[in-house]
Amino acid sequence: MKTVAPDLTQFTLTTDADGIATLQWDMPGKSMNVFTDTTMAELDAVIDHVAGDPALKGCVIVSGKPDSFSGGADIRMLDGIAERARENEKTLGADEANRLFFEESRRLSLLFRKLETCGKPFAAAINGVCLGGAFELALACHFRVVSDDPKTRVALPEIKIGIFPGAGGTQRVARLVATGDALLMMMKGEPLKPQAAQKLNLVHAVTPKAEIVERAKDWIKAGGSAAQPWDQDGFKLPSGPVYSKAGMMVWPAASAILRKETQDNYPAAKALLQSVYEGLQLPMDAALRVESRYFAHILKGQVAKAMIRTLFVSMQALNKGARRPIGEPATSISRIGVIGAGFMGAGIATVAALAGIDVVLIDRDQASADKGLASADKVMASRVAKGRATEAERAAFLVRITPTADFSALTDVDLVVEAVFEDPSVKAETIKKAEAAMPASAVFASNTSTLPITDLAHHFSRRSDFIGIHFFSPVDRMQLVEIIMGKETGPKALATAFDFVRLIGKTPIVVNDARGFFANRCVLNYLLEGHLMLHEGVPPAMIENAARMAGMPVGPLALTDEVAVDLIHKILKATKAALGPQAVDPVQEAMLTSMVESHGRFGRKNGKGFYEYPEGAPKRLWSGLSEFRTQALDPDSIDIRELKHRLLVTQALEAARSIEEGIVTDPREADVGAILGFGFAPYTGGPISMIDGLGPNRFVALCEALANQHGPRFLPNAQLRAMALKGERFYP
Amino acid sequence: MPDAFIYDHVRTPRGRGKPDGALHEVTALALAAVPLSALKTRNHLDPALVDDVVLGCVDPVGEAGGNIARAAALVAGYGIGVPGMQINRFCASGLDAINFASAQIMAGQQQMALAGGAESMSRVGIGASGGAWAADPAIAIPAYFMPQGISADLIATKYGFSRADVDAFAAESQKRAAKAWTEGHFAQSIEPIRDVNGLTLLNRDEHMRPETSLQSLGSLKPSFAAMAEQGGFGAVAIQAHPEIEFIDHVHHAGNSSGIVDGAAAVLLGSKEAGMAAGLKPRARIKAFANIGSDPALMLTGPVDVTKKLLKHAGMTIDDIDVFEVNEAFASVVLRFMQAFGVDPAKVNPNGGAIAMGHSLGATGAMILGTALDELERTGKTTALITLCIGAGMGTATIIERV
Repeated sequence: MKTVAPDLTQFTLTTDADGIATLQWDMPGKSMNVFTDTTMAELDAVIDHVAGDPALKGCVIVSGKPDSFSGGADIRMLDGIAERARENEKTLGADEANRLFFEESRRLSLLFRKLETCGKPFAAAINGVCLGGAFELALACHFRVVSDDPKTRVALPEIKIGIFPGAGGTQRVARLVATGDALLMMMKGEPLKPQAAQKLNLVHAVTPKAEIVERAKDWIKAGGSAAQPWDQDGFKLPSGPVYSKAGMMVWPAASAILRKETQDNYPAAKALLQSVYEGLQLPMDAALRVESRYFAHILKGQVAKAMIRTLFVSMQALNKGARRPIGEPATSISRIGVIGAGFMGAGIATVAALAGIDVVLIDRDQASADKGLASADKVMASRVAKGRATEAERAAFLVRITPTADFSALTDVDLVVEAVFEDPSVKAETIKKAEAAMPASAVFASNTSTLPITDLAHHFSRRSDFIGIHFFSPVDRMQLVEIIMGKETGPKALATAFDFVRLIGKTPIVVNDARGFFANRCVLNYLLEGHLMLHEGVPPAMIENAARMAGMPVGPLALTDEVAVDLIHKILKATKAALGPQAVDPVQEAMLTSMVESHGRFGRKNGKGFYEYPEGAPKRLWSGLSEFRTQALDPDSIDIRELKHRLLVTQALEAARSIEEGIVTDPREADVGAILGFGFAPYTGGPISMIDGLGPNRFVALCEALANQHGPRFLPNAQLRAMALKGERFYP
Repeated sequence: MPDAFIYDHVRTPRGRGKPDGALHEVTALALAAVPLSALKTRNHLDPALVDDVVLGCVDPVGEAGGNIARAAALVAGYGIGVPGMQINRFCASGLDAINFASAQIMAGQQQMALAGGAESMSRVGIGASGGAWAADPAIAIPAYFMPQGISADLIATKYGFSRADVDAFAAESQKRAAKAWTEGHFAQSIEPIRDVNGLTLLNRDEHMRPETSLQSLGSLKPSFAAMAEQGGFGAVAIQAHPEIEFIDHVHHAGNSSGIVDGAAAVLLGSKEAGMAAGLKPRARIKAFANIGSDPALMLTGPVDVTKKLLKHAGMTIDDIDVFEVNEAFASVVLRFMQAFGVDPAKVNPNGGAIAMGHSLGATGAMILGTALDELERTGKTTALITLCIGAGMGTATIIERV
């Protein structure tokens, strides 16, 4: 017997001889199921149908997609609800807008609650990825079986884009899993393998892919209960009541760890914690209302808006080719040459080979090239050790990389990337030698971080096929790549570079040629500000902590050490030589000159920099830094908020200048690039989103106040001033 | 404004706050009743003169819950006419009970009251009453909640007290306490704890370790380093005071206050009430104050509240002859002395809670009594009593002999 609930467009509902319904979710025209308004309406109708038809014993929900259950709620739909609420506020007033928004933003939560209390048992049979709202649907089902397929993963990753599980996820996870583990699972948002999910008690069974539906039906046939554990008498929370001895072992530390991990910069993380804390003290319906209130509050906030835009919408658009030249045919990149087998070159070879591309890895002699291969192997060996790759994959990987000193090996490559020493004459020689050996159809890319691409292109006869592909260190871990357009770079080179970057799974931004390109300009400003604070007498630890509290991953002094003090010193000297003495800050120059020339402190690489690196112990700030301060300020007299502002504003201002100068042409690239490239405070959505979030007028006022206090480097550029006057923003 | 006078005070000896402590078999109620009963007996007090009994208790749950003051007053034989109330200002509760009762007398609304505190830490347990401050993210996060020991280590790090400094202070506390006991400085004010048959269970502070030396303290491991690391509290401390690179975890069991059971009470009254009872006042409550302070440092309230109180009383630090600054942790008292530049000889001359223990709700009343006894013993006039308080508060009281 087949019953069809009315108007199902995304689902098929069938019933077997045992009276068990199977609801197969298969959104037409989409590679992956996502929750939309239609999904919710249809699921609602199905619940009524299953609950109301006495012939039906229960229902199994399964995906019709081969490799996935569902990606969860349509993020754009969520963002749209928030946007509508902001609009409604203007027309309906705050109270009515908030009421409507609250109702709309908890529809999914109410729908799932309806499912779990409808009186019929529901089971979720999951194969492939099951994320966010989809896993929350599964959690509302009375039984969850997942396949043991290698692609199967469950996760609640909402936190990564500034929101949190708001369709009952926080309440159900916290009622299934010990509180500490539950919080960790949702705060990290990392995907769980089937066995890990079962171990946590998030799923009931793991079976082969072909058996998931049968397993779910068996559970229904065996009399599976239509009441969730938390809706039954005598239910006990997995970690006991919040206010209990056990609870006191968890809750104080939970708040502390949240502050440790987030610096209290992420409202969603705090709301998640608060929802669990309050929810565990309430019965389910009240707990869900509490969760919904916090969810609405977060969804409407500036942080969620900025993070969703940059880390979801913009990143997806850039990855899908928003900046790839239109009409340029797809390129085929099966073999590349990498010249220079040092740290960067080996890293580039590694990521290429990982993506299945053959690599000719060239250095001045065979031994140096072999060393590059060895360091590539080290990355792979650590992947094997961590269970992220097999020995067979490692062997195949090694075969893809051919270390050699012979340029003639470049005869059949599609792309050459050079990563040789940052010296114009070394680069020139390399470019010429490569051009002589490589095919006339291949594109040449330089990984330079300091030399203008337009100048380097002069050593290459086909200037339109010359481009910059600027990787960040360490290459295998850094997600961003800057593609640098020289003055004469053509669309084919851009398309090739773009396709290559996507092949190796990284996110490209396209930047026009200028000193420091985009990312390093911002970073240099950040370092400068840290150095100047040191000079003023801010305690060194306070500089570093202020930076981390502002949301930066590494303080400016530690970052100087990581990049190398002498390298920054060299960049400063080169800038001065090229642009004149006014282009560098004399205080910083004197400080770095003293560090390098008087003290031999080059950074982490020689174990001596702004930090000391004692063996077997954590690094510690060098006590000799007191030499660089003009006075010792009383830390209690220093406004930590101002330090944080300075460290972020100096970068954001540089990003705004980069846009005005046409180096970056799309605010999305500035934002995505800053977060992926140098970890710019992700909660802001990036430097341009930070300016927009404050509003250019307030940002300009902030810059001017800082300029008054700390010097003209904070003076806003003309475009920003104009935007502030006109009330314009970077984003529509 | 009428004066509030101190007519008498009594405390119990302090029993080790563990199951093997001498007072573990004594209920919180029985413990609380001891000083109340002793004050009545010693002073031949007519209960009809007593308007109220105010007792501090920091974990007022279980047997210590539901207003232990009224129950203790009844058990101590004050009859149905004497009411009772329990208050909680964490570690200053015992002192604040005195301030609270004094305020009523000074306002002319009451004539005579008993005030003090009781805490059976071995039976009820520290933290037994829970509370949002530590557990609810809505306050724990903005208030930089961390366990007090980590705050104490933060104070030491911020204000530059080394492990050697705090250990030296602890050894001195033990030395002073041992001397005070040997020379009978507490003799007048201790009421031994007896069982139903009148046999003595405890007549001396049980927590003291007079043999303590710098060497023996030096061998103790820091108590709060692991908690700071694993519980995330070290990062909380640094975010609150970001000039600090690493917390120096200097505190351990030997330089922190001991966990003990105990109770104390003070007999307070107006001039007229004292005359009616045939009693001679021993001292006057001159002034008192409370304050909120940095919740992350948490235990620097004594500095802030002392400044406030001196200003309020129109006095300077030099007007004070004797200080009792509760030794919650060594760094608390070291910071107090550093902030005011006071002579260490004037501070806790008979030792403190590091040696004798800190029975949370009772300590404020105990050290007020100790200060008064010291003034009388030395013929001096004025004492300031202050305690640091959880969540960042301070309470202080100035007494003056009459």
